[in-house]
Amino acid sequence: MSSTMTMWNDIEATTLPIRRADDVVVVRQHVRAVAIKAGLSLVDQTKIVTAASELARNTLDYGGGGEVHVHRITDGGRQGVRLTFEDRGPGIPDINLALKDGYTTGSGLGLGLSGAKRLSNDFSIESTVGVGTRISIARWK
Amino acid sequence: MDRIPILKLGSALLVTIQVDMHDRLATALEEDLTNKIVQHNAHGVLIDISSLEIVDSFIGRMLDNIAAVSRVLDAETVVVGMRPAVAITLVELGLSLTGVKTALNVERGMALIDRKRESYVVDDDHVE
Repeated sequence: MSSTMTMWNDIEATTLPIRRADDVVVVRQHVRAVAIKAGLSLVDQTKIVTAASELARNTLDYGGGGEVHVHRITDGGRQGVRLTFEDRGPGIPDINLALKDGYTTGSGLGLGLSGAKRLSNDFSIESTVGVGTRISIARWK
Repeated sequence: MDRIPILKLGSALLVTIQVDMHDRLATALEEDLTNKIVQHNAHGVLIDISSLEIVDSFIGRMLDNIAAVSRVLDAETVVVGMRPAVAITLVELGLSLTGVKTALNVERGMALIDRKRESYVVDDDHVE
């Protein structure tokens, strides 16, 4: 795991497909339910669900579909929600550029990746051109 | 395909977004609203988002687009009823919704639209 992530243990984990636009809605609803279970405040729930919506849409639009692993986690004391989005799409050639506000290769606003990072406590991204992209975020109570 | 209902409220149109919007529904709403503005000669569009638990960049872009197209058709768009947690998240996400007017509720939104109409009428009188 990337060194920027806090150490944690799984309490529960689910994997959801992201193949169609409707799947993005299912991801949002499931992340909300897990965030409530983890005891996140309403504002923190809203932040992680919004970040999930952005990343799920990216997985669909730019990664050609993929899946998300939704974890309820604990670091011993507090609980949190950790999401890992994976696709086997074209990959991101320049991650720093992709993380810039307003940068997009599609028709969106270019806020998805940078916005999701701001809305999360932990953020990590791995991408290999021609192989795919894996993005992990976490929000703690 | 599902459609979001558009109601006529005086000289304005009222849209209440209650469902967890998927992308096709959002695109359909943009088209329907544009047609109804012309059909009813509407001066304003009120979009009630008090039921929405999140506004992501997709929905934000939809609201911006509706406001921009409405403006070209001489109708004011006012987004009403945004939840406090949604507002906090929207700003952190980086969406400022610069092209969209907001009001706390439908009554205040309607008052905004009426005020704009009245100022138009006064201007017209002045010219004459």
